[in-house]
Amino acid sequence: MIGLTFLAALIAVLPLTLIVWHLIRQGATSVNLDFFTHMPKPTGDAGGGMANAIVGTGVLVLLASVIGLPVGIFAGLYLAEQRGARLATAVRFLSDVLNGLPSIVLGIFAWGLLVRPFKHFSALAGGMALAAMMIPFVTRTTEEMIRLVPVSMREAALALGYTKWRTSLSIVLRTALPGIVTGTLIAVARIAGETAPLIFTAFGNSFWSISPTQPIAALPMQIYFYATAPYDDWHAQAWAGALVLLGLVLIISVAARFATRSRAGLGSD
Amino acid sequence: MNAARVTEAPRQALQSPEVLAVDALDAYFGASRVVRDVSFTVQSGQVTAIIGPSGCGKSTLLEIIAGLSAASEGSVHFEGRPIGREVPEGVGVVFQEDATLPWLTVQQNVAFGLRRADLARAGRDERVRDALRIVGLTDFATSYPAQLSGGMRQRVCIARTLVMQPRLILLDEPFGALDQQTRLLMGDEVLRVWRETGATVFLITHALDEAAMLADRIGVMSARPGHLKDIVETGWPRDRDSRIVERPEFGAITARLWKHLRGESMKTLGRPAS
Repeated sequence: MIGLTFLAALIAVLPLTLIVWHLIRQGATSVNLDFFTHMPKPTGDAGGGMANAIVGTGVLVLLASVIGLPVGIFAGLYLAEQRGARLATAVRFLSDVLNGLPSIVLGIFAWGLLVRPFKHFSALAGGMALAAMMIPFVTRTTEEMIRLVPVSMREAALALGYTKWRTSLSIVLRTALPGIVTGTLIAVARIAGETAPLIFTAFGNSFWSISPTQPIAALPMQIYFYATAPYDDWHAQAWAGALVLLGLVLIISVAARFATRSRAGLGSD
Repeated sequence: MNAARVTEAPRQALQSPEVLAVDALDAYFGASRVVRDVSFTVQSGQVTAIIGPSGCGKSTLLEIIAGLSAASEGSVHFEGRPIGREVPEGVGVVFQEDATLPWLTVQQNVAFGLRRADLARAGRDERVRDALRIVGLTDFATSYPAQLSGGMRQRVCIARTLVMQPRLILLDEPFGALDQQTRLLMGDEVLRVWRETGATVFLITHALDEAAMLADRIGVMSARPGHLKDIVETGWPRDRDSRIVERPEFGAITARLWKHLRGESMKTLGRPAS
């Protein structure tokens, strides 16, 4: 029995091991400084990089966070504090549904909201699609983390004369902060690799653009375009892009672990 | 009450020895009655305890007195003024659970309530130092709660209440989360704080020995819906400590408390009293 579970545990992490190994083998040779600092070269020219896509992913994640984090965190605070309210129960259920929704559906939402009315693809629409993915996850994580804050801590602050909303902000949210940061980082890691919702919102861009109102390149989309193109050097670029994306997600995940660890309470004011 | 501590407002406190007057208090939790017709007074400078089986509504009672919950019927007066929906100035509360703030040092925790107070930095620091001295945590001022034991953390909470210079200190099962030996020693801490500050102390607990050792007067509460079954005067001297448990009177008092509580506790266990 132990042998069987051991085997299952190994199989569980096998895909990751294989992916990492394969990506390094295929992509490592193409990852160099140029990859990070240069624009894509025209078809047929060797070299070049994905600077626009890397920065584009950064811009998209930033936009998504600016839209999604405040909404998610405050919604989570609401759910945790108004636990039994009918609206809270409904929001909680719908968040879980939203969490399980295929990301392309959320892309359609952003498309209908920001692309169709303006007849224009834009980074903002992409950011909105990613924010829609982020919000239910951040909402639920924030709620769980806030629920872990002892009631007595809240009562103690009230007893010291703090008002209800100041207690919520400076005690409850502050105590739950490390957990919320972890949840946020996991959400960021999840959306950073999304392709589907971006195809008809951010659209992609072969040129340099960081404008929220213009179409913007993103690493996962660029990988998709390059991998499906019939050129060998584009394939190599796609492998490199995948490796960089994996590295990015890995770094964020490690940061998330780190934030959780400091939850022991030895933080600074 | 120590006259020097009394400021302008609570003039009535000087005229009447009653710091706290609870009158015909009823409380419901939804449809279920939690507290039934509870009336008692707390005398200035005394330690008063309410003891009862778990779930008897004594925590609700304390929350109402602290202004954290509303009563359904009846009234609570602190120093002659009715208690509304917030913690009145002059009342400090210490809760059962560890309520230290993990991201602040001990002294920052203690100073926490003073952040809002209109107080010069020096005055604030002095009050914090004083409170830490009283609870014996001067050497741990710069430690974080995670580095302290449960009993020490609870002392931080007591100090955090003390800096506000409360005239009435409410303790909600303050040592509930601690082991038996620590509880007795924490009882000593409370008695010392009580003597040093001259404050009035009101505590609720389910522990017989805690009530019997700390209190001048003990109210015994019935099972839910809780009402007062008996009030026991202990007659202890003011400079008592935990060694009081060795006295024969201590046994007599706990026996009297248990006589009431046994039946009530059995009700909460779902057994008929015998």
